[in-house]
Amino acid sequence: MYDVAIIGAGIIGSNIARELSKYNLRIILLEKENDVANGTTKANSAIVHAGYDAKPGTLKGKLNALGNRMYENLCKELEVPFKRIGSLVIAFNEEEMKIIKDLYEKGKINGVPDMEILNKEKLQHLEPNLNDDVVGGLYAPTGGIVGPFELAIALAENAVDNGVELQINSEVKDIQKLEEGYQLFTEKGEIKAKYVINAAGLFADSIHNMVSPPTFEIIPNRGQYNLLDKNSGKHVNTVIFQCPTSYGKGVVVLPTVHGNLLVGPSAEAVDRKDALESSMEGLSFIKEKAQKTVESIRFNDVITSFAGLRAKTSSGDFIIEESKEAKGFINVAAIDSPGLSSAPAIAEYVVNLLKGIAGEFEKNINFNPKRRPVVHFIELPDEEKAKLIEKDPRYGRIICRCENITEGEIVDIIKRNAGATTVDGVKRRARPGSGRCQGGFCSPRVMEILARELNVDITEIVKDGKNSYILTGSTKKTKVQLQEA
Amino acid sequence: MLDYDVVVIGGGPAGLAAAIEAKKNGIDHILVIERERELGGILQQCIHNGFGLHVFKEELTGPEYAERFIIELRELGIEYKLDTMVLNITKDKDLTAINAIDGLMYIRAKAIILSMGCRERTRGAINIPGSRSAGIFTAGTAQRFVNMEGYMVGKKVVILGSGDIGLIMARRMTLEGAEVIAVVELMPYSGGLTRNIVQCLDDFNIPLLLSHTVIDIKGKDRLEGITIAKTAENRKPIVGTERYIECDTLLLSVGLIPENELSKGAEVELNEVTGGPVVNESMETSIGGIFACGNVVHVHDLVDWVTEESRRAGKSAAKYVKNQLSSGCVGLNTKPERGIRYIVPQRVRLNNVEDTLNLYMRVDNIYHNTNIVVKADGKLIKKIKKIHLTPGEMETVTLPIHDLKEQQIREITVEIQKEGGINYGN
Repeated sequence: MYDVAIIGAGIIGSNIARELSKYNLRIILLEKENDVANGTTKANSAIVHAGYDAKPGTLKGKLNALGNRMYENLCKELEVPFKRIGSLVIAFNEEEMKIIKDLYEKGKINGVPDMEILNKEKLQHLEPNLNDDVVGGLYAPTGGIVGPFELAIALAENAVDNGVELQINSEVKDIQKLEEGYQLFTEKGEIKAKYVINAAGLFADSIHNMVSPPTFEIIPNRGQYNLLDKNSGKHVNTVIFQCPTSYGKGVVVLPTVHGNLLVGPSAEAVDRKDALESSMEGLSFIKEKAQKTVESIRFNDVITSFAGLRAKTSSGDFIIEESKEAKGFINVAAIDSPGLSSAPAIAEYVVNLLKGIAGEFEKNINFNPKRRPVVHFIELPDEEKAKLIEKDPRYGRIICRCENITEGEIVDIIKRNAGATTVDGVKRRARPGSGRCQGGFCSPRVMEILARELNVDITEIVKDGKNSYILTGSTKKTKVQLQEA
Repeated sequence: MLDYDVVVIGGGPAGLAAAIEAKKNGIDHILVIERERELGGILQQCIHNGFGLHVFKEELTGPEYAERFIIELRELGIEYKLDTMVLNITKDKDLTAINAIDGLMYIRAKAIILSMGCRERTRGAINIPGSRSAGIFTAGTAQRFVNMEGYMVGKKVVILGSGDIGLIMARRMTLEGAEVIAVVELMPYSGGLTRNIVQCLDDFNIPLLLSHTVIDIKGKDRLEGITIAKTAENRKPIVGTERYIECDTLLLSVGLIPENELSKGAEVELNEVTGGPVVNESMETSIGGIFACGNVVHVHDLVDWVTEESRRAGKSAAKYVKNQLSSGCVGLNTKPERGIRYIVPQRVRLNNVEDTLNLYMRVDNIYHNTNIVVKADGKLIKKIKKIHLTPGEMETVTLPIHDLKEQQIREITVEIQKEGGINYGN
């Protein structure tokens, strides 16, 4: 019997798992996909919001600024890229300046520090490429950017380092209440746990409905993005929003932690929870809106587009509470924006909620907040590069020539806990294929390394999802090959 | 610190020819750096024939063509390092490179030859909306899987883009037992060589759908199908012409981009149209002693032209090392005008040209019964009658330099003129 079963290994489930691994508990983290961080966590704006947007008094209002403050330490412990570059909300007329003032006031109540309302001159000083028709804006220096899947992967890895069991490819098909705790029926077998934490993202409603009559519904809402080449990465310095509307925070222009430029998202109601396709309309929409902020964005530099789904609910706030119908079953649901920003605070909040139900837990004195050091070869000084190659020649072999990623780094991220097993899994962890050639040159090499390290045939290596096979078999054999066989 | 006279970055057809030529012109300390595990570059995966008609007067396959140069390189005792990546170069011609055997290397060169080739444009770059399923490959990546790794990438295939690699792969996939449903081309004409359209599509009854494009991609994990549509003159899809095609594979042959990340680090001036360095008659870039040749300069249609251009670069680098390349002399600029997309070289120092000056260019559209008109400082000096011009095929104009020198010409312009008049267009 596990003490806790966490359903969903996205940014929320992984963060909770790692937070709970600070205690002597038997924990299992269940993921239906073949990798962690493979739902909403892998396709979002990658922003750590300052916290002025949320309605004061709501969970979002409470947890956003709190989570934001925790980012520095968390990302330092886990060696995850995080940059506090500040965020702007810009206004194009006096009407919008009223919204800016409103945000400023909300921010103060929500505990957002050091905000400032800027005039046009100061705004353009901060962002010289802004369009000339801006009149002013809100500056929040605590706004930041993070690698969202890198963080979730690091959290899952560190959780496993500290004793959590991770089980991928384990969709929960049904849950039954037991005398004490719950029995979970997964693709990979049955699991018993005293407490269940439902962090199933888009599917949190279906999971909850297994133990309770429906109390909430998760409504998927799609956001589409364009990612631009590093050539364009320095076009803006901060995270630039337009004034929020009833549709949300609007289209943002921001640099990513890796130095690309990110533009998006749209906000579209969709009827499927796997509606992850981009559309011509959606991409045109974000282009048009982004050009309202910065006209001069070079859309010729686009290297990829993608879409993500937000897990929204009608109330508009996070749902983080014990199910009324199911004791010891905690929903952590409807975590749409600012879910990523709030994630560290949500994890603490959930642990406290669980303690309130189960009583205080014994501390895990062996908890190690750090994971095995991560090598970013190309960022090392030359002497260290030389030393590393001498120690392990695989660091002397560049596999991804756009991002300069070595074989050593790729093998390392395959061998870690919660390690990569797919081409996109390698890409999310070490970045080969995320550059301008988008894997054109390196994907055959990455597949070869994956097959070798995982000891499987190369034809079994998939791109991302379970059925996303890449190769369909061997080519025809030559006469010589046939004779030899 | 390792010292060489000439360092060649890239051991594909351009780098091989340049290194050999530098050696033949009296340079001994040459190093060729190749990032792949074998020399020959992209030729190694081009197992079809048709290479070498101009250089060797015979039809070779890609690997055969490469092999001739590799053998010569070895016979000449030119040093090369495989599986080695240049991390950066400076305008002072210092290089940093790494590999698994030598570790991190600092290399100083008297002259550098850039021959890094090009990369393929991707789905992202052309922003095709839809799912991000597996089964979408650039044609070159698919070619590598099929011809070098020995794996098939799909069974029912659509190819977007009728560039040469797309055409070649249509035939290759068919020969390997796949069904190639169509080659879809955005433009009203093919970007590939006519001989490839005949030999790779017509001979296998593969339809070429001109003025069509892919507007949507469907498939959760693996590609399940695509939607194509006719395109109007402005290249936008026409509403109502959409057609869904069931397929498991989409190959993209939608353009090649010279790979100049290293060049940028050395502050080499790049041309916006070609995407490659601005070069002069000696294939020297804006940085003295840094030369460039092959697809890193502009994308070629035939490897034979790469060889020719690279020999010039190698010979010039040798001259540079021996202080025989004149740099201070009066020069002229070339300028593409109506109908011409670009001209290489962009600058010419006549003192370094022996007898004739070759200008390489591409037109911007299909033209019938036109003239390529060359002017020197506004005065007509050459008119070449052309029955058919296409952007897929590189055009060469040869000019005797004697007159240009005599008249101290400052600018040569090239344009397309319709036969008998000043009108142009198709």
